[in-house]
Amino acid sequence: MIELHALSRTYAGAVPRRVFDRLSMTVSRGEYVALVGPSGVGKSTLLNLIAGLERPDSGTLVVDGVDFATCDDEALTALRRSRMGFVFQAFHVLPYLSVAANVALPLALQQRHGAQADARVAAMLESVGLAGRGDARPAELSGGELQRVAIARALVHRPAIVLADEPTGNLDPAAARQVIALLRDAVKREGATGIVATHSRVAAASADRVLRLAADGLHAHALGGADDVD
Amino acid sequence: MSRSSTATTVVRAVTGGGVGRLRGRTLVAVVAIASGVALGYAVELVNRAAIGELVAGLATLSGDADLEVRGPREGFDERLYPALADDRDVAIASPIVEVDAAIDGRSHALQVLGVDVFRAAAINPALVATARDRLDPLRGDAMFVSPAATAWLGVRDGDVLSVRAGARELRLRIAGSAGSAGALRYGVMDIAAVQQQFDRLGRLTRIDLRLRPGVDRARFIERIQRSLPAGVAIAAPSTGAEASSRLSRAYRANLDVLALVALFTGSMLVFATQALSLTRRRPQFALLRTLGLSRRRLVALVVGEAALLGVAGSAVGLVVGYGVAAYALRHFGADLGAGFFRGGTAEVIVEPLPALVLAALGIAAAVTGGAIPAREAARAAPAAALKAGDPDAGWGEWHAHWPGVAAIVVGAFATLLPPIDDLPIAGYVSIALILVGAIVVMPPIAHALLRLLRVPRSVPAALAIAHLRANPGRIAVSAAAMITSVSLMVSMAIMVASFRQSFDDWLGVMLPADLYLRAGTGDDAVFSARQRGEITGAPGVARAEFMRVTSLLIDPAQPRVALLARDIDPRDPAARLAIVGTAIRVPPGAAPPAWVSEAWADRHALATGSVITLPIAGRTMAFTVAGIWRDYARQQGAIVIERGRYVAATGDDTVNQAALWLAPDAHAAEVRRALDARPAQGPGVAATTAGDLRRRSLATFDRTFAVTYALEAAAVAIGLVALSAALVAQTLARRREFGMLRHLGVTRRQVSAMLACEAALTGAIGVATGLVLGFAISLILVHVVNRQSFHWGMELHVPWAALGLLSAVLIAASALTGFAAARGATREDAVHAVRADW
Repeated sequence: MIELHALSRTYAGAVPRRVFDRLSMTVSRGEYVALVGPSGVGKSTLLNLIAGLERPDSGTLVVDGVDFATCDDEALTALRRSRMGFVFQAFHVLPYLSVAANVALPLALQQRHGAQADARVAAMLESVGLAGRGDARPAELSGGELQRVAIARALVHRPAIVLADEPTGNLDPAAARQVIALLRDAVKREGATGIVATHSRVAAASADRVLRLAADGLHAHALGGADDVD
Repeated sequence: MSRSSTATTVVRAVTGGGVGRLRGRTLVAVVAIASGVALGYAVELVNRAAIGELVAGLATLSGDADLEVRGPREGFDERLYPALADDRDVAIASPIVEVDAAIDGRSHALQVLGVDVFRAAAINPALVATARDRLDPLRGDAMFVSPAATAWLGVRDGDVLSVRAGARELRLRIAGSAGSAGALRYGVMDIAAVQQQFDRLGRLTRIDLRLRPGVDRARFIERIQRSLPAGVAIAAPSTGAEASSRLSRAYRANLDVLALVALFTGSMLVFATQALSLTRRRPQFALLRTLGLSRRRLVALVVGEAALLGVAGSAVGLVVGYGVAAYALRHFGADLGAGFFRGGTAEVIVEPLPALVLAALGIAAAVTGGAIPAREAARAAPAAALKAGDPDAGWGEWHAHWPGVAAIVVGAFATLLPPIDDLPIAGYVSIALILVGAIVVMPPIAHALLRLLRVPRSVPAALAIAHLRANPGRIAVSAAAMITSVSLMVSMAIMVASFRQSFDDWLGVMLPADLYLRAGTGDDAVFSARQRGEITGAPGVARAEFMRVTSLLIDPAQPRVALLARDIDPRDPAARLAIVGTAIRVPPGAAPPAWVSEAWADRHALATGSVITLPIAGRTMAFTVAGIWRDYARQQGAIVIERGRYVAATGDDTVNQAALWLAPDAHAAEVRRALDARPAQGPGVAATTAGDLRRRSLATFDRTFAVTYALEAAAVAIGLVALSAALVAQTLARRREFGMLRHLGVTRRQVSAMLACEAALTGAIGVATGLVLGFAISLILVHVVNRQSFHWGMELHVPWAALGLLSAVLIAASALTGFAAARGATREDAVHAVRADW
């Protein structure tokens, strides 16, 4: 469960830029939420706050029962390591590791090695349609395949929360559709909570709930309007 | 403002902050270039001053002579003079006797020239005295000294100078000055007085000749040479200068090579600095490329930056080089303390050409260093490069390595080539080829070494190893300067350790006695037969051996070779000489034995058993080479013969040096006191224990090589700076990766540990390669460069403990460098790192 209460965030600068003010929202365990809104409105900032990568100026943030106000950087890092998974727009798959080693990275970070870990990695690769490609190098894969590796990596350690920022931004429509479906299915199958920041109508349509972030706050959103996502 | 200048301004503005943003490393790169230029320029200036001094000195002493007849140190029969003076082709002949006068408390003897003042006035005006009393130039107790000698001795007209003349003390009155201002130290006396007072009756050492107009010089030389006794030669005065400068040539060439090494290292640093700078500015360059900046212009821009570093380094280097040369000439003399030349202080002679050549070399080194990053920057695909920190950023992809293998093979074969014009050019080329070849083949070597590592459980270490395994080309780039500096440091350390140990061993063999007595500085101060008796009979002296040191002129184009006539047992020469290989017993009826130094044997391709002829006392005498011995004291070569044979051939039973074995209950200090009380003592006589001689010699050795330790330290520091620059460049290129890892829960400390691990492994590979390469280069230095430069051998000694400690320190320093680079990488927050890829 993710609970945000009266969250405010302003970026410093010659002219300080308030991204959002007293934002509140709740995402239930196992829920798959799409976050939409125009560029620069703060979607990514919101994900970063939930990930503990940025600190709010005020307000409270409780993720999976942990109040971020009580955590230092080390604790937040540990929280990300054990309870979160990430999918990025640019995949961020390490080019010098094999596909399997990339997927296994979160397990290795938790000192989970051996046959069980190997089996888990193989299962994840199979679930994203990359069975038997574990020894391949990232350079040998297409963009869609790389994003599948990233999805497998995001879920391999059974995180409570998966955060995805524009996961289809670098993919063609066909690959994007596959990835969206795969991501949703995987998150649901693993019982995780998913938040996907996206401009993609297709991606938003796959969510249980769509939230639109605007200058005046978060709103429940029904797809199909004139100011809808792409 | 014109369109072109506007465009240039825009380009500069967009790409600006290149070298400027990297002030620390840029400064080090400039300093490295400046060091090479400064060293090269200083060597050139000192060399010019030395040669200028030598030529000016010889011109002063030779005056207007067309030719000179020279012989051994002991001189030749003076009856040669009237024969030459009366020759139909000779206009004027001026006889001269040159001797060394030992002076108490002075490390060098004063050269005294005995001249016929009437003859010298016509040829050698610098040897004609300015006398208040017109008869003083003919008086036996009067000596005229050059202005430089006046300053050196601190004497005034009318002072009495006590010198050692042959076997006795002589008191000479300073009667005035001779010659004009100049750096050469010498005294001038009447020739008859010198012959009489320095035991040179009937002997001359030189005859200066001026030929009649129209005489064919070559024919004259050929005709006269046939009539000269053995060991006496006729040649142009400049031949002597060439012979003297030849002695220091190898020494100078080695210093020049050190300057080139400094430039090479500087080039490496410019490469590292530029690579880092370009990584930082990759998106700006990509933008410019996208907007239409041509590849050629981009390369020109980057190479131009490197050239600026070269210009700055060269300018600083020239100024520093001038200062160093002026300081070195003032404090160490024109031979930098190596003892090749003797005389006063030389002046710096500035000429534009050497400065321009060195500045060009400095700029070329910088441009070479900047060319590879420039080419890489121009080749980068703009679209990919626009994404900050794209994974392709960075330098040194794994290219073909066969050129490296070829360079190593050619380099190995080059070690077999003989010297070129007496210089180990092939040896230097071999080192350069092997060094460059090793850097080129570094990627597969690094890959193979990394394959040997077991991947650990620790994620930072595992990621570090995985990254290095996948990018062996980048290891080569990062470690190139480190490999160069470590290999040069290791090779110099091994060479110096080998030389020192061999020198120490040599001293052990060459100094078997308890006490050593020397009649004075120079070879002309001697002990007479009576004084020998006093020395042998001194209380506490159990046994004494004597040696007469003189020199022979065998080739006028070469320096004189030392002849050591000493008490030696031909059945056991190894008891007194550091014999190399095996000595032989000369069979009855064969030419008597002579033991030649390695340098002499090497130059003349002599082996044990060869027969040589030596010009002794105007006659040619044959000797069998009964052994070859190591001699670190005389680079020009030395030949040992039995003293008895020398006395029989020359009638000269004086000696210059004595080795004393003390009685079991005697103390060296007491024996020295006893000897001090004897008439055998006098100005310049020095008594030294073997221990003191050894300590002093080793201290001199350590002082001489102290500069190499400083150079080694500087090289290693430069290697670390280059490694740091390369690591920072790669860290910048990988910041998205670190950002992603931070998202996944990798702590800042773990990122730092990963980079430190990579740096330590890169450093370890660099150090390991540097050690192996350094060992190979040390073999070339010891067995090829030294051998061909100085013609002496040495045993290989590897300072294992010091090298081991140094390697550990370097690897630790590399890890710290990685840690420092990681600090910069982890300071940036993970959000910005991963979002920099719009």
